[in-house]
Parts: sequence; C-alpha cells; structure tokens
Amino acid sequence: MQNSSIAKRIFFGQDRNILQLLVITVLVFALMSYLNPDKFLRYYNFESITYIMPELGILAIAMMIAMLTGGIDLSVVGIANLAGILAGVFFHHVITGTDQSTGMIMLYTGIGILMALAIGLLAGVLNGFLIAKLRITPILATLGTGQIFTGLAVVLTGGPAIVGFPDGWNYIGNGKILGLATPFILFVVVAGAVAVLLTRTTLGVNLMLIGTNPRAAVFAGLRKDRMIFYSYMLTGFLAAIAGIILSGRTNAAKSDYGASYLLQAILIAVLGGTNPAGGKGRVLGVSIALVALMLLSSGFQILRFSNHLIDFIWGGFLLLVIALNAFRNTDR
Amino acid sequence: MTLFRRSEFIIACILVAAMIIIGLINPAFWSLDNLFGLLRANVIIGILALGVLVVMISGGIDVSFTAFAVAAMYLTIKVMIYYGYGGVLLPFVAATLIGTFLGAFNAFFIHSFRMIPLIVTLGTGSVVRGLLLGLVGTSMINIDKMPQQLIAFAKTDLISLTSASGTNFGLTAMILIYFGLALLTHLFLRYTMMGRSVFALGGAPEAASRVGFNTRNTLFVVYCFAGALAGFAGLLHGSMIWLANPRDFVGLELDVIAAVVLGGASIFGGRGSVIGTLLGVFMLVMVKNSLIIMKVDTTWQRVVVGLIIIIATALTAWRDRKKLV
Repeated sequence: MQNSSIAKRIFFGQDRNILQLLVITVLVFALMSYLNPDKFLRYYNFESITYIMPELGILAIAMMIAMLTGGIDLSVVGIANLAGILAGVFFHHVITGTDQSTGMIMLYTGIGILMALAIGLLAGVLNGFLIAKLRITPILATLGTGQIFTGLAVVLTGGPAIVGFPDGWNYIGNGKILGLATPFILFVVVAGAVAVLLTRTTLGVNLMLIGTNPRAAVFAGLRKDRMIFYSYMLTGFLAAIAGIILSGRTNAAKSDYGASYLLQAILIAVLGGTNPAGGKGRVLGVSIALVALMLLSSGFQILRFSNHLIDFIWGGFLLLVIALNAFRNTDR
Repeated sequence: MTLFRRSEFIIACILVAAMIIIGLINPAFWSLDNLFGLLRANVIIGILALGVLVVMISGGIDVSFTAFAVAAMYLTIKVMIYYGYGGVLLPFVAATLIGTFLGAFNAFFIHSFRMIPLIVTLGTGSVVRGLLLGLVGTSMINIDKMPQQLIAFAKTDLISLTSASGTNFGLTAMILIYFGLALLTHLFLRYTMMGRSVFALGGAPEAASRVGFNTRNTLFVVYCFAGALAGFAGLLHGSMIWLANPRDFVGLELDVIAAVVLGGASIFGGRGSVIGTLLGVFMLVMVKNSLIIMKVDTTWQRVVVGLIIIIATALTAWRDRKKLV
C-alpha cells in the first residue's frame, strides 16, 4: 500500500496534472477514433506521427526549460532553422561532385551535425548573456535574437530553401532503428536526458528553486545568473537538435520553416503543466501533452480540416487549457 | 517628470544623429520625396504602436493586435463589397468596433484566468488568424474590387508636389489622423483618471487595487483600446495600399513592439510616453527604409531590426537596472 502510493507520487507528481493529461489524451484518442474509425486507427497514421512529433517535442522541452526560471525563448524556431541552414550551406560547399567517397561524406555529415549543434549552443550563449548578464527581459531579448537568427538565415540562403542534404543527414529525419523512427528514438533519448538533468542534478534543482522564488534563491546563495545562463544554452542546444531533425525529415532548410512551431511549442509546454511564471515543469507532462496534440491535429487532418483551421484549434486549445488550469487552481 | 523628459531627449538626440549619418552616406535621404515617404510609412506602425504603448504601460504585452487588424480590415471590406456600400466613416467605425470586441477577449482571458498576457495573446492571435483564413477566405481583394471611396479617401494629400523628374508626390493626409490619435492617447494617459490608473496598474498592480483603482475595468479599457486602434489601423492600411490581404501583417508585431521599446517604454509597465513612442516609431521606420538608400542588401533587414531591439532593450535594462534583484 505504502509502496504503491510512493510509486504513484513518483509517476504522477504532487499535482494531479499528469492524470488530467492522460485523461485528455485518452479522450482525444477516443474522439478521433470515433470520428474516423477506418483511417485514424491505422498503423501508418501512428508511424507518421512518430516522424512528425519529435522536432516539435524537443522544441517544447526547450521552451519548458526556459519557462522554468520564469523566462521564455521566442528564438527557438530561429535557432532551429539557422542550425539546419548552416549545415546545408556547409554541405553545399564541401560536397560538390559525385566523386567523393562515402567515408568522406560520412565525415562531412558528422562535421555538419557538430556545426549545427555548435551554432545552437552559441545562440544559447548569446541569449543567456543578454538575459542573465545584461538583465534584458527574456521576452524582448529572445524576440530580438530570434529576428537576428532568422535574419542571418535569410542572409545565408538569400530566401529560397536549401536542398540536397547527404544521406546520413536524411537518415536522422527519415530512417529507422529497430523498426522505430530514428527521430522518435532521438526524442526519447533527449527527453530522458533532460528529465534526469532536471530532477537529479544540481542544475535542474537550482532552476526549479530560482523559478519558484528568484529572490530567495539569491539569498540562499544560488548562482542565479550562471544557472539561467546554462538553461538558455541548453535551450539553444535542444533547438539545434530539433533543427537537425526538421531539415533531415524534409531534406531541406529554409528561413521560415516551422513558423507555427513557436506557438505550438509554447502551447505544449503550458498544456504539459509547465508554469510560465517559473518553478514548475516536467518532461513527462510535456511529452504526454505532445502526444495528445499530435493525435488531435492528425485526426483533424484526416478529417480534411484546412491548416488554418488547425491553427485555430491549437490556439483555442491553448485558451481552453488556460481556463482549465485557472479553475483547477481556484479549487484548492 | 525630469527623468521622463531626459529619456525622450536622449531618443531625439540619437534620432537626429542617425539622420545626419544616413544623410551623409546618401544625400538623397533629405529629399522631400523620401521624407514624405518616411512619414507615410510611419502612419500604420505608429497607430498600432500607440495601442501597444498603452498595453505595455499597464504591464502587459500584446502580440495579437496584428491578427485583429487584419481580421477587422478583411471582414469590413468583404461586407462593404457584399452590400456595395460606398461610405468611408461607417466602415472605419465598424473596423474599430471589431478590434474593440476582439480586444475585450484578451482582457477577459487575462483578467479571469490570471494568465500571462504574452501567452493569452499568442492564443487569441492564432485563433483569430486561423478563423479568418480558414472560414472567411484566403484570397486577396485587389484594386479592381476594393471599395473606390476608401482608396480615394486614403489618397488625400496635404501637400502635392511634382519632382524634377516629373512624377507627382505628396504628403499624405493620413499623417494628420496619426497625429490626432497620438494627441488623444497622450491626453488620455496624462489627464484622465483612467489614464492614470493604467500607469498605476503597470507600476504596482497590488498597490493600484488597494488605493481603489478598478483594475478589472482598467485591463478591459487597455486591451480594448489596443484592439480598437488595431482595427482602425488595419482598414486604413488596406485603403492606403489598395489591397486587402488576409495574410498581411505577419511578423509586424515584432517591429511595433521594438518601436515602442525603442521609444523608452518599459516592459515591466508603469513607464512610457506617447512622444517617446512617436520618436521610436520614426527611428525604426527610418532605419528600415534607409537600408536601401544606404545600399545595404535587403536580406539584412531582419538582422538590423533584431539588433535594434537588442540595443534598445539593453539600454532600457541598463536604465532600469536598480529595480532588478
């Protein structure tokens, strides 16, 4: 009895948020199965979700990390695109003909991945510097840097999409490992790593404490600025991973890809129980919210709703969740 | 009071310095043609910025107003065409009312559910844009179908001149509407009880409600005001460019917010002025438009806007640094 309640607490957390999310997910699943029974419940549908979901999921986790300290990162999509484009430009310069050996191309792909991750870290360093050192409000700082990253992406490409990534790169977005989508496995690995980082390391615990009460955290001797700095580095790094997956899946990179991902990432983070004012957020919650929303949007796509209406549904869902959370909090 | 004056004085100095530099790089900057064009480009962003200014003074932020502006414009023009209506005043009233109504939604969500304005307005903006494009339509209404009276109205010039090369140019009368709205906003913020309560709410919400300001009403007035200005600006924009495009204004909210911050308003609320905002808008529009005559490639435009936001916010953060622990 004792054991089961402890297990329950570990899994569900102190609040009933995870439980509520699971209920929402099941409801969405049931509704969509009811609305289009023959098309929704196909293996193909779920397989395609495992390919589309990871990039958005990683962006949502990145957004959650920024929100833990009461901040927000509006530049994640800019970072993701810039990372993909930078790698694409690199490939265009080094992989010219067909005469190169596969070994060299593999090497170049590796360098491209490292470059993309490095630019993500660098972008995160810039955000962290502006927010933690110069004390610019996260909204404005990342609004500005988001423009800069997207702007640099436009400068690098001149506007049109960059295509022609090497096969290894495509494998990240479209391949399979043991019958499962590569991006999905990447997502599980990233989510697990972030979950461990947030709950089992000093950095994670400090971030929660800073988000709960910044002033108290400073007086308790936490290195607030440094921790916030690291959190934005991590956010930038994760955004770059999302960028690699996105450009790998579509085999192209463009400065305005995934523009609607920003809203969706925020929505998933908030729906997943992250408190935008800081101090609360779990990877598990965000992951369940992600699944719920992917089921919802794939269901509506099968019903042939236009993309604009799906945008409307996402926005409406966000407002609904805000209302739900408000009512739940007044109950206590 | 002296601090406020100082802050605007600095912005004005930077503006003059920037104008001199741009003028040195390309003297064409000082041509009346270019200056009139700049003023014209100020009108829409400026009117939107006045709404954002009031929201920001109240301690909030709004990223939904561009969606409201487009919705008000597109709906009004669609209805005008449907009924073949040819007036000018009534459509503007209608667009303003649509904006006001949508703004009330923002206020409702922010007040009732105590949610961060950024997230609420992201949601409402996406809802409105999604509904507009998904249900009303995605096709542009171009000059053939646009109500001619609106175009004629927006074509009104204060001064008409002919340049040396024989082309006509003029100073649009819309600038008067912009300055009129700016004056009204200034008077509202400075000399009405509601205006003062906007400052009070932004400065310290708890204190504002304890001294007896009705924070709920203030919130509604603030977001409805921003919505109303957005609706009005949307229709004016359509009339000025002779085109009603339901996909218009995407990303413009960043420029407008940048202009307001550039004008010295604090994102923490309680600080900001109409004069500062006018200067901030002029600065942003001038720098953006002058990239071309300074022979900078247009692909750099977004980078420059981003840099302006960063520099402006870094300066205001430095100014407000004592407030933060």
